[in-house]
Amino acid sequence: MDYTIRIGGQAGQGLQTIGAVLAKLFTRAGFHVFTHQDYMSRIRGGHNYYQVRLSDRPVSSSRSLVDILVSLDKTTVEEHRDELNAGGMIVYDSETIRQKYEGENFLDVPSRQIAMDTAGNRLMENTVAVGAVLGMLGMSLEILEALLNEVFARKGHEVVEQNIAAASAGAQFARENCSQCAFSVPEPRSAEAGATPAGGGAPGRMLLDGTNAVGLGALLSGCRFYTAYPMTPSTGILNFMAAQSKKHSLVVEQAEDEIAAINMAIGASYAGVRSMTGTAGGGFALMVEGVSLAGMTETPVVIYVGQRPAPATGLPTRTEQADLLYVLHAAHGEFPKIIMAPGSPGQAFHLTGKAFDLAEKYQVPAFIISDQYLADSEWSLDGLDAEKIPYHDYRLRAGDLAKLDSYKRHAYTDSGVSPLAEPGASRHLVVTDSDEHDEEGHLIEDALTRRLMVEKRLLKKMPLIREEISPPLYYGAENPEVVVVGWGSTYGVIKEAVDIMGDSSSIAMLHFSEIFPFPDPEKSDFLEVLGKAKSTVCVENNATSQFAQLVRAETGFVFDRHLNKFDGRPFMLEELLDYLGDAGRNDV
Amino acid sequence: MSELEDFRGQNPAWCPGCGNLQILRSFKMAMVEMGIEPHELIIVSGIGQAGKFPHYTKCNTFNGLHGRTLPVSQAIRLVNHGMRVLAVAGDGDCYGEGGNHFLHALRRNLNITVFVHDNQVYGLTKGQASPTTDEGMVTGTQPFGVLYEPLNPVALAVSMDAGFVARGFSGNQEQLKELMRAALEHRGFSLLDILQPCVTYNKINTFQWYKQRCNPVGVSHDPSDREAAWRLALEFGDRIPTGIIYRSDRPTLEERLPEIANQEPLVKQPFSQGDVISELENFF
Repeated sequence: MDYTIRIGGQAGQGLQTIGAVLAKLFTRAGFHVFTHQDYMSRIRGGHNYYQVRLSDRPVSSSRSLVDILVSLDKTTVEEHRDELNAGGMIVYDSETIRQKYEGENFLDVPSRQIAMDTAGNRLMENTVAVGAVLGMLGMSLEILEALLNEVFARKGHEVVEQNIAAASAGAQFARENCSQCAFSVPEPRSAEAGATPAGGGAPGRMLLDGTNAVGLGALLSGCRFYTAYPMTPSTGILNFMAAQSKKHSLVVEQAEDEIAAINMAIGASYAGVRSMTGTAGGGFALMVEGVSLAGMTETPVVIYVGQRPAPATGLPTRTEQADLLYVLHAAHGEFPKIIMAPGSPGQAFHLTGKAFDLAEKYQVPAFIISDQYLADSEWSLDGLDAEKIPYHDYRLRAGDLAKLDSYKRHAYTDSGVSPLAEPGASRHLVVTDSDEHDEEGHLIEDALTRRLMVEKRLLKKMPLIREEISPPLYYGAENPEVVVVGWGSTYGVIKEAVDIMGDSSSIAMLHFSEIFPFPDPEKSDFLEVLGKAKSTVCVENNATSQFAQLVRAETGFVFDRHLNKFDGRPFMLEELLDYLGDAGRNDV
Repeated sequence: MSELEDFRGQNPAWCPGCGNLQILRSFKMAMVEMGIEPHELIIVSGIGQAGKFPHYTKCNTFNGLHGRTLPVSQAIRLVNHGMRVLAVAGDGDCYGEGGNHFLHALRRNLNITVFVHDNQVYGLTKGQASPTTDEGMVTGTQPFGVLYEPLNPVALAVSMDAGFVARGFSGNQEQLKELMRAALEHRGFSLLDILQPCVTYNKINTFQWYKQRCNPVGVSHDPSDREAAWRLALEFGDRIPTGIIYRSDRPTLEERLPEIANQEPLVKQPFSQGDVISELENFF
């Protein structure tokens, strides 16, 4: 069973609510779910869709072909009617969209009329639509009723009952009128599936997108200060952190601009707390001077960069992986930097934890690079292993400082890591400078100190940080003939393509999520795997194969082929399968 | 308690006769009179001659980037409202490169103090016009003279209903020390714009020029009277009023932010993963 439901319409029509309710419901029912969103940069109107894929086996990508197309407007029908799978259905309300379609694969559900008849409220037409989808799939409404209870309990019993009545009527209409519906969904198995939530509660799967995964990772890492200027697709993290602020003693500050944001994040970290900022590529352009400041003052800071198509304003709400080399090279001067590029919400959670830990341990800026696709895509997960998020306070606090006779913020040490003290927590002064400085932190100009400081700050720390970097994830056949390489958000689609093609061909994936310092080829055999393969393909959501350039610069390895997509949309599973099918035929 | 000697830092590399030397001395006197010890203060400075200030005294120091003293100091104060935070910037730093931060710091009203060493010219980059340079002054990069209206930081701050707005003159050390004390004691954002000569690059606004014009505001001036403050703020010519121009009682941001108001400073609050782990449940 592997169905794709696409809900399309104008911004403001509630398609996100329908999509989100369905995704949560399918997850609760014990299915594997993957969602992605495609939306325009506007508050009202336009054409947007929310796509939900459900299956009885793990899924980690979106498909091009649709099984149920929920059309809230005429454009959705016109744009997507040719993208139906065999047996696919288009659901719409001819009264709402003022158009009647003839044909076996159209189901005209009078959602607005049903909403009026059952609840006396046309606003419940979307609930009718959700009910209709469940009716078409032959699913019971039990889980939906529980969800409606949770969502609308605040609004009172009557609203809950009206919604349940509307959903039931929609489901009944679909069951009675969709003679063409041949969908078959197994019985829900929520009771057996998944892990138990961390604090108890009902067992089940999580449904989590990349944005909230980063937020949860930051929270578990002890982040106490988050600051940002809103910018798609990074604003979700600002929202998440702001919602946590009061409950968990976290200061969240919406800065006047991104320059202020990064300088605030660095100031908060200097003062003694873990801090983070986030933005997209354009906002990061403003932050770059601050990255260098963190490098010079050896101040730990975590920076989230959500990529979107550029240059300049680009396509604000769409996706691309074109900021890798920019982030890697951003900032003047030479200093260590860490870059994580998670490929799934699970990885985003854990790598945010690792970014915080390494930033604190080595007193350097650490990046989490994501993109709109990963930020907005929800995955069903069996749970998150919070114990894998390290938390160790590397800083000197009042108690530690009281035992010291003297203290120098930038003292020379064997590791290059100097003790980082909380200013004001003792009589020892904590002094740092964006100018080159001596061990105490005061500005200097002499050649010897400069050389010693570069050695301390950069040359001593860099190899130690590289030791911490995990090798790429290897997935698929042993001794593969075809190796598909990706980084960041292409993980899910490559993994699924390898799963599907693995039955008939010798194929494997190498996925890089810890990008810089580049994983040491001596520590694992990824270069050998690539070297032995008959065909190597690097898959990237950009035009210039930036990751392949990095691999070549770091290792000398040159890929046979590149698959690049730079139309602002993510890779669909079928696209990758088509390409790899050809790659196999030509090269194997 | 502290003594002047506790605040001895590196030997200043400023020009002989630079107004900064007098500002530094007034500052040290204010510290001793207030009984503040070096470790009880964080000074955030930027770039420019004023940016070197913390190295020439003793204190916790974050000498950051040009224009960015206010974002750094505000964040420090947000996470540690138990610390005194002083930002030291020049006119180019605070009103030019950091102009946007200045506007928003006035709005936030965190309890920090900013000293702006205002010599109406760029010193470190050798004599270009600053945002406060008088109209008409010819420089290497303004060969036709400055064609813009100078920025009036005091009027700007009064118009924004800033917490505390004062103007000092480096040549009146006794008043300057008192203004520093008042600024540091004010609960909320305090701006102290300090006029000072640049003996090397500003041949117009010289020590004598300031000395002839700077006049302490009369005892009858009520700093809480915003209209009177506004009139004083606009005076910048043959007579330049110095002293506390304006003071408001706006609540500070620290008092209004529920996550830190009436609580231990954030940096002192313990963190435990066990306290936040339940947030995972929201996604089941």
